[in-house]
Amino acid sequence: MKITLFIPCFVDMCYPRVGINMVEILERLGHSIEVPEELSCCGQPAFNSGYWEQARAVAEPVLKRLRSAEAVVIASGSCGAMLKVFYPELFANTPHEQAARELSTKCFEFSDFLVSKLGVTDLGARFPHKVTFHDGCHGLRELGKKKEPRELLAKVRDLELIEMGEAETCCGFGGTFAAKFPMISTAMGEVKCGSAMQTGADYIVSNDSSCLMHIQGLLDREGRRIRTIHIAEILNER
Amino acid sequence: MSAPSAQFKADAERLTHDLRHRGLIQTALKKYEVARDGKKANYQDWQSARQTAAEIKWDAINHLDKYLVQFATKLEARGTKVHWASTAEQAREIIVGIVRAKKAHSIIKSKAMTAEEIHLNDALEHAGFEVVESDLGEYIVQLRHEAPYHIVFPAMHLTRGEISDLFERELGSAATDSPEELTMIARRALRQKYITADVGITGCNFAIAETGMISITENEGNARLTAALPKTMITLLGIEKVLPRLDDLALFLPMLATAGAGQAITCYNSLYGGPRQPGESDGPEEFHVVLLDNKRTHLLADAEQRDALHCIRCGACLNVCPIYKNVGGHTYGTTYQGPIGSVITPHLRNLQTWKHLSMASSLCGACTETCPVKINLHHHLLQNRRNAVAQKPVWWEKIAFKGFVFLMNRPRLFELSKPLARLGQIFHPLIKGTALDPARAWTKTRDLPDVAPETFKEFWRNRK
Repeated sequence: MKITLFIPCFVDMCYPRVGINMVEILERLGHSIEVPEELSCCGQPAFNSGYWEQARAVAEPVLKRLRSAEAVVIASGSCGAMLKVFYPELFANTPHEQAARELSTKCFEFSDFLVSKLGVTDLGARFPHKVTFHDGCHGLRELGKKKEPRELLAKVRDLELIEMGEAETCCGFGGTFAAKFPMISTAMGEVKCGSAMQTGADYIVSNDSSCLMHIQGLLDREGRRIRTIHIAEILNER
Repeated sequence: MSAPSAQFKADAERLTHDLRHRGLIQTALKKYEVARDGKKANYQDWQSARQTAAEIKWDAINHLDKYLVQFATKLEARGTKVHWASTAEQAREIIVGIVRAKKAHSIIKSKAMTAEEIHLNDALEHAGFEVVESDLGEYIVQLRHEAPYHIVFPAMHLTRGEISDLFERELGSAATDSPEELTMIARRALRQKYITADVGITGCNFAIAETGMISITENEGNARLTAALPKTMITLLGIEKVLPRLDDLALFLPMLATAGAGQAITCYNSLYGGPRQPGESDGPEEFHVVLLDNKRTHLLADAEQRDALHCIRCGACLNVCPIYKNVGGHTYGTTYQGPIGSVITPHLRNLQTWKHLSMASSLCGACTETCPVKINLHHHLLQNRRNAVAQKPVWWEKIAFKGFVFLMNRPRLFELSKPLARLGQIFHPLIKGTALDPARAWTKTRDLPDVAPETFKEFWRNRK
């Protein structure tokens, strides 16, 4: 299958390992990868802030470029939800409405793609650590994916998954919310980190680097031992 | 920034740092979650119950014209006086007018968020009447001269010790740590008020169009006494409270109890269909029903967000909201707190003044997921944001997002920003977290990730 990999701006700049691991995993499974280099952002920051006109201006080239793709894999649950769920809303009653609906059916978050589309759960990975899983809100509630990343982790050798009490509670990132209401965002992050640390895990795993950026930022400031890691990085460990 | 917005931010700043407050609310709501999940398990299928409830409310709200008239006609046929109030002011005038005409001295009241919405107690007290709240939680916050902290649990922010101190101060009771004793203290004070009150004022949980009945659900029995003892009864309700049929209660009463308080059903469920009929031995001699619009029809006219009128005021969205759990109910500064309050307050009051509540959300969607009548709450927050910007964009945000579009649609220019970011990163520690730091909102409490030595796209290009 020819897979079009959409690498969001912050993954490109700060978490290239996430994308590189996805490329390696998908290629090992025998698929060919293309990366549209001219695309940087799905437009979500403008969309979530209420600037839909500006969001459309950024989203339109994405829509046009990805139209002909066979399958689009998005390296973040949040950006995935933007393309899959919010583009049809953003482009409703515009000439691009139909294109947005068509694209929606071809978009997958990475872990969902492996399990639901490719039917793969065992990637031969080994990761001898205790981990706890953070459900990114967009992946969990917009895309409705809870079991897919867990099915993948269950097949990783020597990995122990310990669920935290607040697995489904928002980490407080929320894009521009984190900057507009830093005090609330931080308090939410503290609840999340506290719950994760209670499990005694070595790593907080997620399929969304944006949440992990927030959580890691808090952990670094507090000098905590527990680390964050994207699921793609674990699935490519031997 | 509007005054309520500045107030919200100041209170949020204070309360998110108050770990005792956060702990108190989160512990209480954790207990609720456990109880709610236990009772949800009694349903054959909670999700289809939600779907059915949403469809019934959809029918009610989309045929409000028909159901409201049916409701009023049935009530009037049994001698109830039905009043229609377009605004809060009209509703206050109607109620103060009734109380004056009855030459009343004191009024007993059961819990009604609609009365909070129109500031009824202030109006009645201003007109010279004594009003006493009979719901325990409402009574406590009334004694403290503060607004309810939560739609369903008005005094959930207070500990037993604080309530005991309050009763000691206001009622002269002895200090106690026992919830039963605290309840008995309030009960002794309230019983006298029921007996002497000339008028009882209640709210309404559901208005049954088919039979013309008011359904009130409660756990303390105070609403029953409020309705039964005084000679005159007044019920105030928003027009969205309508349910088409009596049978609908079979779903809505347990659902409200489960979603709202983690109960199978509340302890007391009463239906009121009119004043005392000939040959009946109890009930009020006179019964008034006041139907309040207060801009609900504005929301009704908004096809996109009309479903916000489905709300049965169970408070479930507050209970799961991570924002509510960290800033608490009073921070909102609104009658209705939490996600539903953030959605409807801009409609019921003013979008520009209250838009900050729609911004103060990570859009996590926990509210939408839990809502028993399937209101698309977090999407409505997004729509409020969009509407606020369309009406009046914030000038600097508009410039910023135009810059964002410019940069994101020019891949080569965006590539150039990467070495710049690496350069900035070298000097950033000098100003990190200080007033000079442009990223201060983030860096005050969190570290920023590093820009990678090789970005993904650089990797991809090099590989090719």
